[in-house]
Amino acid sequence: MKVPPRFVPGRGPFPTMIDNFLILFDAPVFAVQLLIDGLLVGALFALVAYGMALVWGVMNIINIAQGEFVIMGGYVALTVANVGIPIVFGLPLAFIVLFFAGWLVFRIVICRVVDQDLFTSILATFGISILLQQLMNQIFTADVRTLESGLGMWFVLDNMVTISQIKVVTFVVALAFGAAIIMFMKTSRLGQSIRATAQNARAARIMGINTDRVYAFTYALNAAICGAAGALVVMTWLVHPFGGLAYTVRSFMIVVIAGLGNFPAVVAAGIGLGALENYAGFMLGTEFQMAFIFGLLVAILVWRNFRLKKQRMVLK
Amino acid sequence: MTRNRKYVFYGLIFVLALAAPFLAPDYQTQLAFLWLMILFALTWDIMGGQMGYNSFGNVVFFGIGMYTTAVTQRNLYFEVEQYVSVSGLVDAVTPSQYVTGMFLGMGAGAILAVFIAFILGIGILGLRGHYFAICTLGLTIAAGETAGGIDYIGGGSGMVAPVFPLALGEKGIFFYYVLMTLAVMTFVVFQRLYSSQFGLAINAIRDDEDKAEAMGLHTTRYKAVAWCASAFFLGAAGGATGNLVGFIDPLDVAFAGSTFGVWMVLMAILGGKGTMWGPVIGAAVFHITQELFWTYLFGWQRVALGALIVIIVVFFPKGIMGFLHHHWPQLFGQTVDEASSSEREGKA
Repeated sequence: MKVPPRFVPGRGPFPTMIDNFLILFDAPVFAVQLLIDGLLVGALFALVAYGMALVWGVMNIINIAQGEFVIMGGYVALTVANVGIPIVFGLPLAFIVLFFAGWLVFRIVICRVVDQDLFTSILATFGISILLQQLMNQIFTADVRTLESGLGMWFVLDNMVTISQIKVVTFVVALAFGAAIIMFMKTSRLGQSIRATAQNARAARIMGINTDRVYAFTYALNAAICGAAGALVVMTWLVHPFGGLAYTVRSFMIVVIAGLGNFPAVVAAGIGLGALENYAGFMLGTEFQMAFIFGLLVAILVWRNFRLKKQRMVLK
Repeated sequence: MTRNRKYVFYGLIFVLALAAPFLAPDYQTQLAFLWLMILFALTWDIMGGQMGYNSFGNVVFFGIGMYTTAVTQRNLYFEVEQYVSVSGLVDAVTPSQYVTGMFLGMGAGAILAVFIAFILGIGILGLRGHYFAICTLGLTIAAGETAGGIDYIGGGSGMVAPVFPLALGEKGIFFYYVLMTLAVMTFVVFQRLYSSQFGLAINAIRDDEDKAEAMGLHTTRYKAVAWCASAFFLGAAGGATGNLVGFIDPLDVAFAGSTFGVWMVLMAILGGKGTMWGPVIGAAVFHITQELFWTYLFGWQRVALGALIVIIVVFFPKGIMGFLHHHWPQLFGQTVDEASSSEREGKA
């Protein structure tokens, strides 16, 4: 999660790439460092991806505004800290604020596109995403912002590898939060009705479930999950108004690889993506890290397409 | 409209278009951009409107054309090492060199764009619905970020196009006619395509791709042709626009997903996607509104843009053409084809 990479004079992509690749072998601690950082980011990606899978599975909508909710959560936590409230409350407040924001977005826009074709819903969430990112740009300016957690570092392996404590806290909180949501989905009455609606909305309606309310709640819950993740992002890394799309794309990749509603696979894919991204950022140079993420998306989709094609019987 | 009235109508528009830069000499550049916007909307509509493939990545071809033209112009007449991003050295081109370089570059850009569209198409065009839309969204950003990291084309600090030689007359008028020619060509070619069997095939893909395939259409081929046609005109237009703007920034001008990339979607839907005149009307309405009123929004333009997309998509999905069809069906010729497709949408 670097600032959008800019041009660094005098460095072509390929010599650096090979050099950096060799460094990984000469000094394996670098590899360990990258792996640890990557693993710790991964849990956050998984959390956001779980929210996306929820909305996708229940409402058949791909929420392109997913990343914008994450960034919004970050700004809520930032505002809370600036007002003087201890930053521990940033996460629950971001959760609550984004829950209502998500509810509002659902009531104004999403409820009108739920039962329409994919084309409409994807354009509508795309519009919401632009609206939100530009709104944040107006309110909070385009600066890169971060929130100091005040936690220190651990030094391990002869002080060669640093582990930032806030990243560990983030990792643990993200996983615990994910587990809590799974428990909620499994045990509570509302969670059951969400799962029922995902399986068959029509049957759920016949059984007396108010699917409209379920949709609203699901969308709001997704926004809230993103908000909580955003509060962690702003403490661990940074936020800026246009950083949202990267989170949308990451969660989309994770869901495509892991499938809908399989939380262990989502976590595994998220952590894998985190590690891979870190290695790529190191090897290609930070100016290509964003290009790598979006290029990877294209590669994954093309690969998925080729795999599916093998199973299809089509005209040659 | 009867056939005669139609030709009178086309003739009037054509004469007006030819005279426009002289009627409004202060707005020549804006008028040139109007043609660019029309081209954008038309090339998006062949994918998004006629074929139902929601592409956020068409702007990639525009950027490819722009960079190819700039590189061609540079490599024809300058040593790469001499060429610096400051325009000091650049104004040494003669008019004939400028024109040759630009048109060669536009041709090369268009061909390269078609080639890349074809290569990408092999992988991407098999994707459906959500997957295609998000894949193209990723493609735009990947292209911009990659271009920003390559030193040969100026990296993140961009490239400068050669300075327009004064001997060629006014820059605005010159590019007005270049872009007008391209946009009119696009319109005519697409109208031919839509009225042929090809048009029926891509409409069938939009309505039900599985059925179209079951009926024996080679859907992937049709999709590739549509995507390449779109890339061809975007590539050529990119070359001209690069010279018009004069400065090529990888993220803000060439692969400008957040401006051009969004506008082309918005304009086509505003006008009425899947119609011939809809994108043209949408582009004109959007561009004129934008030029006239958007300065009054004080930086809230892009917020308004997002809101506008949501409003149009959710509350006004058929666009201006849809509105006209609905209210004056006898004037705006509701054909049998469209009636049946709207009925189906009503049922679904």
